[in-house]
Amino acid sequence: MMVDVTIVIAGAAGQGVQTIGYVLARTASGAGYNVFAWQEYESRVRGGCNSYRMRISDTPANSPLSRADILVALNAESQRKYRPLLKPEGILIDEHETGERVITVPFARIATDDFGKKLFANTVAAGALAAVLGLELEALTAVIADEFAGKSSEVVDTNRAAAAAGYSSAKRSCEGVCAWTLPGRAQTHYLVTGNEALALGAAAAGCRFIAAYPMTPSTGIITLLSKHKERLQIFTEQAEDEIAAINMAIGASYAGVRAMTATSGGGFSLMTEGISLAGMTETPIVIVLGQRPAPATGLPTRTEQADLLFAVNAGHGEFPRLVFAPADPRDAFHKIARAFNLAEKYQTPAIVLSDQFLADANFTVDDFELENLKPERFLATTTELTDYRRYLLTETGISPRLFPGQSEQLVCCDSDEHDEYGHITEDLTLRKRMVEKRLRKLEGLRDEIQPPEEYRIREAEDVLVGWGSSRNAVLEAVDRLNDQGNAIGMVHFTELWPLPRFTFTDGPRYHLIESNATAQFGRMLRSEYGLPVSSTVTRYDGLPLDHEYIMEVWQHG
Amino acid sequence: MVELDDYQSDAENQWCPGCPNFGILKAMKNALVALAKRPDEICLVSGIGQAAKLPHYLRCNFFNGLHGRALPVATAISVVSPQLTTIVVTGDGDCYGEGGNHFLHTFRRNPNLTLIVHNNQTYGLTKGQASPTTDSGEKTRLQFEGVTISPLQPLALAILHDCPFVARGFAGDITHLTELFVAAIQFRGLAYVDVIQPCITWGTHSVSWYRDRIYRLPQDYDPHDKYAAMKKATEWGDRIPTGVFYQMDEPPQLFGEYFRANSYEGALTALKFPSRGAIAELLGQFKTAKQRGEMDRQGRGVV
Ligand SMILES: Cc1ncc(C[n+]2csc(CCOP(=O)(O)OP(=O)(O)O)c2C)c(N)n1
Ligand code: SF4
Repeated sequence: MMVDVTIVIAGAAGQGVQTIGYVLARTASGAGYNVFAWQEYESRVRGGCNSYRMRISDTPANSPLSRADILVALNAESQRKYRPLLKPEGILIDEHETGERVITVPFARIATDDFGKKLFANTVAAGALAAVLGLELEALTAVIADEFAGKSSEVVDTNRAAAAAGYSSAKRSCEGVCAWTLPGRAQTHYLVTGNEALALGAAAAGCRFIAAYPMTPSTGIITLLSKHKERLQIFTEQAEDEIAAINMAIGASYAGVRAMTATSGGGFSLMTEGISLAGMTETPIVIVLGQRPAPATGLPTRTEQADLLFAVNAGHGEFPRLVFAPADPRDAFHKIARAFNLAEKYQTPAIVLSDQFLADANFTVDDFELENLKPERFLATTTELTDYRRYLLTETGISPRLFPGQSEQLVCCDSDEHDEYGHITEDLTLRKRMVEKRLRKLEGLRDEIQPPEEYRIREAEDVLVGWGSSRNAVLEAVDRLNDQGNAIGMVHFTELWPLPRFTFTDGPRYHLIESNATAQFGRMLRSEYGLPVSSTVTRYDGLPLDHEYIMEVWQHG
Repeated sequence: MVELDDYQSDAENQWCPGCPNFGILKAMKNALVALAKRPDEICLVSGIGQAAKLPHYLRCNFFNGLHGRALPVATAISVVSPQLTTIVVTGDGDCYGEGGNHFLHTFRRNPNLTLIVHNNQTYGLTKGQASPTTDSGEKTRLQFEGVTISPLQPLALAILHDCPFVARGFAGDITHLTELFVAAIQFRGLAYVDVIQPCITWGTHSVSWYRDRIYRLPQDYDPHDKYAAMKKATEWGDRIPTGVFYQMDEPPQLFGEYFRANSYEGALTALKFPSRGAIAELLGQFKTAKQRGEMDRQGRGVV
């Protein structure tokens, strides 16, 4: 990589850390670079210490780095907190501090003296950062104009001028100190978060109904769909609680449309009876579970992968379900569409495991490969049905599914154990057959599950095994470790339940990489494949896995 | 022509012989015949309890879901398939207890459905514990010393929150109950009928205790006066009124009306998959060159 620069913008909540970060992310992305950006913030509206982390590169690098080349500190407290992340050769952009590798830009003073309001300090800082990065000023001011598009021309002009002031102030001190230049390249990318990709994928898959109760980090999904509901023809409803949300989605699905809900661990806990209901009534439904550190309220704005075993086991009783965990937004877009297809084909709940990191981070996507997304419906045709039985016992376990009002056939669903027509039964022989029918669907489902991604496996002596959103970090760790002369491979799962038919080759040592404390996936691998695990790299401080962390823990424990 | 026989279900009835639930079932069939609704035009939604088993005894579409959760299921059905006649059948425990939160919020939504609550003032299926409407002081199979907390006032609650049609019927007066059901099903919006249904197995009052106290609201009763209706709806004890307590002249907006007016009018089941072009256009908004200023501004500082 010729260009690979990591920036940390830090300040208190309310100081505009996110605005600066996002404006710069768009500017760099618009200039044709790969941008990866994530945030780390406290669960409060004002104060505290928040950071926006951005990695700009000329080849795709959708994973975070913890060490920074540039630190923009908006206040003293965050300067102290994030300074240790700055590399020795890195550049600090600060209001007051002076020094050899410091670019001093008095954001607040410039804002008040020249533009009359402290409010413009973050725009001044954005200008300064653009100068240090060697971005073109015009590229930045164009994005600023677009960001403030709805506002008065005075607001737009003042912000542009403030950015220019920060830019020229920093430019002067940059001479001979800052090594970066980011001239415009003729490339366009998508810059999207996991939440946006999940919402877009659901829309593309023909989802017509979403009910959800707000909970970080999944609120963005229903928000985006609600914003475009008229055009997309998707009915959106904020439910009174998560129990209502999942029951509404089940009602909509029974009524004949694709339906979903989205939540985090706490809300998912409330949904578990509903998941069991979907299993029993054989109603397809998609649930996005955006994980965050738990138990209970935990760390609302941070990340973790600790709800895996919960998702795989959620809901009382035995019934088939699907659990997917996408690697990144491109994968999330396709995975949720697959979840809709398979949930419908097998008439069962599908859970898409996301996490705060995937949900909120901005990733660069070159191509969504829309042509590979193939929504399919699996409703029965009414003409061939006489004596319709919603729960007809079949070899595959899949019964013909109609919706009420589709024809004269009556569609009867029951959460009690039922006969083929959907009526309550206490016939215990029939009960046994119904259990077996439902579980038979798991066999067909297992054949549909994609095997894990294998990378540099051939000569590997050690293999890092992970799942979900850590994929790019693990991949990068694997490459770097190979560069250092190790023989390392990767096996990465994004379809977790039922586990795919797959054989781990004998020979290499297997190491688990997970963002939780007890290596939950390891337990699944051991019981399903009898896989012996040599060591585990776990992370549960609320921050995402990155390749530096993985390499450090793997090599030095 | 629709006839009573069209609703004849083959499922074995599990209610206690002689239970006034049979009166409610009869009144419901009468009402559907009177309205000439075919079984495939009707969708019954219920939770769990003795009352909630009714859909098995009336041939039509049904979704018999979880204890307490009929309303959210039915609300969704009513917006996905507005052409169906969606009717919720539930009990006082199911609707006012386990499903209490949904009961409240359904008033705010005003979906186009009929809500029929078999109010037997007890938990029948779980064998005689107190329900949210059991009178204070009544001794039950669990509240041995008598119920010490006060009963919920579901009708007054509904009126307070502008549920646009609020009525009470009596399972022992099938003629009157049929009339109420006809009016409720015809009503455009949320129509709620609480039905006094003495439980002859666990109930603390006999059928005649109720019969002696129940009366019909007089001809000159005005159901449009909200606060008078609330007061009337709390009358209980020596005299128990039945009839339409509250009916709004100008009901609030129907749930889903905005969507039908601005996005799609009919049953959502008629919609095909979105075109690739439409999705490509949406994705295009996330292309960095053209992006609009609308990233993940949500999810900040929220618990
Ligand atoms: C989550 C849950 N909790 C408890 C129950 C047990 N349960 C079934 S029905 C019922 C009460 C039913 O009372 P009501 O709604 O008044 O109906 P009735 O049987 O009196 O007609 C209870 C507590 C259940 N099925 N599910
Ligand atoms: S328990 Fe009571 S309410 Fe239930 S069927 Fe028997 S008599 Fe009727």
